[in-house]
Amino acid sequence: MRVPLSWLREYVELPADVTGRSLGEQLVRAGLEVETVEESELTGPLVVGKVLTYENEPQKNGKTIRWCSLDIGKDEPQWVVCGAHNFEVGDLVVVVLPGAVLPGGFAISARKTYGHVSNGMICSSTELGLGDDGTDGIVVLEPGEGTPGDDAIKLLSLTDDVLDIAVTPDRGYCLSIRGVAREAATAYGLPLKDPAALTLTGSGDGGYPVRVDDATACTAFVTRTVTGIDAKALSPRWLQKRLLAAGMRPISIGVDVTNYVMLELGQPIHGYDKSRLSGDIVVRRATSGEKLVTLDDQTRELDAEDLLITDDSGPIGIAGVMGGASTEISGSTTDVVIEAAHFDPIVIARSSRRHKLSSEASRRFEREVDPQLPRYAAQRVADLLAELAGGTILADETVADTHPLPQPVVIRGDHPARVSGAPIAVDDAMEFLKAVGCKVEPAADDAVASPLAVGVKASSLDYESSNSCDVLTGSRLWAVTPPSWRPDLRDPNDFAEEVIRLFGFDNVPSVLPSAPGGQGLTVSQRRRRRVATALVGAGLTEVVSYPFTGDADFDAMGLPADDDRRATVKLANPISDEEPSMQTTLLSTLLRTAERNVGRGQTDLAVFQTSLVFKPKAETKAAPLLAVEARPSDSDVQSLYDALPDQPLHVGVVLTGALTPTGWWGKGRPAGWSDAVQIARLIASVVGVEPTVKNVELAPWHPGRCAEFSVDGKVVGHAGELHPKVCQAFGLPSRSSAVELDLDALIVAGPETVTAVPFSSYPVAKEDVALILAADVAAADVQAALTEGAGELLESIRLFDLYTGEQIGEGKKSLAFALRFRAADRTLKDTEVAEARQAAVQVAVERFGAVQRVG
Amino acid sequence: MSGPNTQYDPVEVTPLHAEALERTRDEALSAFTEAADLAALQAAKVTHLGEKSPIALANREIGALPPSARKEAGQRIGTARKAINDAFAERLVVLEAEHEERMLATERVDVTLPWHTPELGARHPLSLISEQVADVFTALGWDVAEGPEIEAEWLNFDALNFQPDHPARQMQDTFFVEPAGSGKVLRTHTSPVQARSMLTRKPPIYVICPGRVFRTDELDATHTPVFYQVEGLVVDEGITLAHLKGTLDHFVVSMFGEGLEARLRPNFFPFTEPSAEVDLKCFVCRGASVGNPDRPCRTCGSEGWIEWGGCGVVNPRVLRACGIDTDRYSGFAFGMGLERTLMFRNGVEDMRDMVEGDVRFSRQFGMEI
Repeated sequence: MRVPLSWLREYVELPADVTGRSLGEQLVRAGLEVETVEESELTGPLVVGKVLTYENEPQKNGKTIRWCSLDIGKDEPQWVVCGAHNFEVGDLVVVVLPGAVLPGGFAISARKTYGHVSNGMICSSTELGLGDDGTDGIVVLEPGEGTPGDDAIKLLSLTDDVLDIAVTPDRGYCLSIRGVAREAATAYGLPLKDPAALTLTGSGDGGYPVRVDDATACTAFVTRTVTGIDAKALSPRWLQKRLLAAGMRPISIGVDVTNYVMLELGQPIHGYDKSRLSGDIVVRRATSGEKLVTLDDQTRELDAEDLLITDDSGPIGIAGVMGGASTEISGSTTDVVIEAAHFDPIVIARSSRRHKLSSEASRRFEREVDPQLPRYAAQRVADLLAELAGGTILADETVADTHPLPQPVVIRGDHPARVSGAPIAVDDAMEFLKAVGCKVEPAADDAVASPLAVGVKASSLDYESSNSCDVLTGSRLWAVTPPSWRPDLRDPNDFAEEVIRLFGFDNVPSVLPSAPGGQGLTVSQRRRRRVATALVGAGLTEVVSYPFTGDADFDAMGLPADDDRRATVKLANPISDEEPSMQTTLLSTLLRTAERNVGRGQTDLAVFQTSLVFKPKAETKAAPLLAVEARPSDSDVQSLYDALPDQPLHVGVVLTGALTPTGWWGKGRPAGWSDAVQIARLIASVVGVEPTVKNVELAPWHPGRCAEFSVDGKVVGHAGELHPKVCQAFGLPSRSSAVELDLDALIVAGPETVTAVPFSSYPVAKEDVALILAADVAAADVQAALTEGAGELLESIRLFDLYTGEQIGEGKKSLAFALRFRAADRTLKDTEVAEARQAAVQVAVERFGAVQRVG
Repeated sequence: MSGPNTQYDPVEVTPLHAEALERTRDEALSAFTEAADLAALQAAKVTHLGEKSPIALANREIGALPPSARKEAGQRIGTARKAINDAFAERLVVLEAEHEERMLATERVDVTLPWHTPELGARHPLSLISEQVADVFTALGWDVAEGPEIEAEWLNFDALNFQPDHPARQMQDTFFVEPAGSGKVLRTHTSPVQARSMLTRKPPIYVICPGRVFRTDELDATHTPVFYQVEGLVVDEGITLAHLKGTLDHFVVSMFGEGLEARLRPNFFPFTEPSAEVDLKCFVCRGASVGNPDRPCRTCGSEGWIEWGGCGVVNPRVLRACGIDTDRYSGFAFGMGLERTLMFRNGVEDMRDMVEGDVRFSRQFGMEI
């Protein structure tokens, strides 16, 4: 809402030294979001000039300029060059003289142009900072609007500050000068001259016939009729100027007046050309298949929920959103039917959204308009049309008003103090409520406090120690009736807010509450932090990526058509149609992040990310929209949770290029499958889990170089080298590798507490075992077999050599393990160690046909 | 060392003369002093302390003396031998020290050379700041609460007093989950975690919730469709706006330094009533730039205050929808954007740097913000 300061001053006698900026600060304190304050940069001299002569002079560039002499109230005429042609000799224009500065910081000086010295210029509406008035030329004043030499700044109120206020949804009344003026009046403690305080001249019946079929959606519908207007009359400059300053373009007197009254009072108005109406106006819901051409010349398919204004010809407007083209006021209109109505905010909001049509009217109706305004607004429009367009107001008036009157809310006098924790005296609180426009009375003896007054049974309150708020008077009940323009004031806390903002948020004390004592981070939260710290210690850098993905990513990853990671949760309105899905695998987006880094020259990359992934459930259910008047039942709450997809936290890693560079120490080493697997092991061991690892084939990994990690038989993720095609598709260096683990699953598998085991101080016995095996036997399985066979004397086992070659034959490999034996209670005898070693080898022999390698 | 020689019993033996012993001692001492290195010292040791050294021979001669003379001669030899041993040990220490010094000098390296083990990686600053915020509040005894990112519409909106067709619901630019009517959205704020906390916990509730949220904004220098918020919620007996202010003041000091404070400006949010915007006193100029054109402040635009987030007293309708006894309990809530916090706190100029995953962005921070 754009609010010119000069307009506001009409309703509040603000002190002369109040500027847009200082007013803005006051309004911010009162809870309005003042986004910008436009201060006029205009300085004179700027005067009224009368065109004495002009000469049309065609120029080489195809333009024709006018060389004009102007009477600016001095002895000699002022000579200027002008590019516009919308004026004649004798017209009054606005002339800026050398030394002046126009809005935007344009300094004016006498300058040579088109072969003349132009001593200033004739101004257009835009140049004066008034916005585009649609004339495509300079401003021509009305005859008699001024005399040559008059100060045009004063005449046109050009140095006006304009506040731009972002009106929050609860403050619909501030979408009007009246509403903002009310706030300004309260802020400065001044009386408000209410522009809606008009004398109603209507009779209350006999106006244009109206029938309201849906009295829930339309609780008031008022019409007035003005006949014999001169529709071609231009709106007066002051009115045009205010519309422009408020951000609307003047169109014609009929339209301008309705817009003006809407800005002034906040009541959207629709004007109909009476001659184009046929039969009664009927307010009803649409029937399916109905269509309407709206004022913007769009044909709208109407929905059965749309509330319509109709006549015998069918729909003539979508109520509260936009009127129809067929009945609009035009240049030939003489008789106008004025509609000022009150519509249900939700009905209007839905229609506005359904038709993607947000109008000045719908914005106001959605936020609810003062339901007592329609008669006054209609009167105001009629008065202005009579005054400015020569119309005659018919006394006959239609008033269909079923809107209920505001009901009192019963609150404790100390409720604002209880909500704020500030010592707000009851008397002060009630005065603040009166300032807002509420009617405040002591509640009847048998009155009961309205519900939703929080904390009335709370045990302790700080403010009670303050002298200025007496507990006894505080508990007295008051009946507070909100003003008609504040339908948002419903609950005790709504009134508390009004009191507190007028009391001043700055005056509320600052008290740090004492929590009863927490348990610190959860196990899961702690483990997540440790995983991240360990990965950073291992040289990895944490990155982020958006969770949006699509088939292109899955194709690049080489996921088969039936891969369950292609079954995704999809968005109805994704940022990009190419990426409609929520990621089911962290790699689909992390690989893109890696790609971007590699593309920017970071080819030796070690990155990780933790993020949720989104796994649709086998059966998709809708999450119900439950009632809000009480807590839903546990089963209803559960149905909400059950409807959501599984969203486990994953950790993903991508390694590309060199792990260690070539340097003075020797040759560098590329990051490979084993580094990826090792990082996965690192993550598992950080959370205290010993995973089972085995070879599997799974995209996007190399079919021979992918490790599957599982815990207690449950697969928790994979690590290894990426498939060459995947590297290519994501533009990564060949042999890049990746990890993806379900971090939640790993964390859950971690120990609750670690129990210490005593360790032996007896000497260790070391034995090496080398086994020749078939090449496809997994080292982990062999190690497991040796461990099993060695029994409890085995302290540790480590694979220290892998050999393939001629000595052991094709299709074979040799694995060498270092075994350490130790007993808790004695020094082991050589025979014991030899037996344990032999038992270990025996299991490997039986299980894999291993042959001990000797020498 | 040999034992007494009974066949040999001279009354007087030359090597045991005092002068002879002094000579032997002095020769040994000078030989040790002259030994330039450990090898020379070792050689001198053999000559002057070895089995065939004069002092060893002299010792052997003691047996030849009559018993009456043995004691005195023994003492003389002992004194001389001790002097020689001491001199050797002394010289050995010196030469060993010299040797070690030389050896270490030759082993000198250039410690500025790089090495091949991976350098420390880096956390993303959004993670670091989330953790810092969590730490500030766990220190106050609060818990860190969490929730899913695909959220039930009811929890994201209805439970928080966003009515279905209220303009406030439209202001949030929501991503909806297919199909229409699924009742699921990408959470537009961390506030559904408030609702979850109230539905699952009993008061007193003190929770802080950092998390990722989504709105259908296009990515540009100041907007991103995916961003991070932190949300705080308290529900307890006797909770007031004053407690909210006290908490925010504490938060501001913890994040930005001593002597700073929060300021509340009335505003509107459906889930709080009263509601306010939170400003924090500019931690750079501390207000000194206001009305002072000579000292402009880039951080706060010379406003003295920086817009930080929203807050308010929890709307009793929200408490009611989440099963909190409104007669007994009241609450407050606040929330702010973490990207925005990083932008003004750490001088991040472009939102895109924060969301594109370029490692260079994270690496500037390392493990610290």
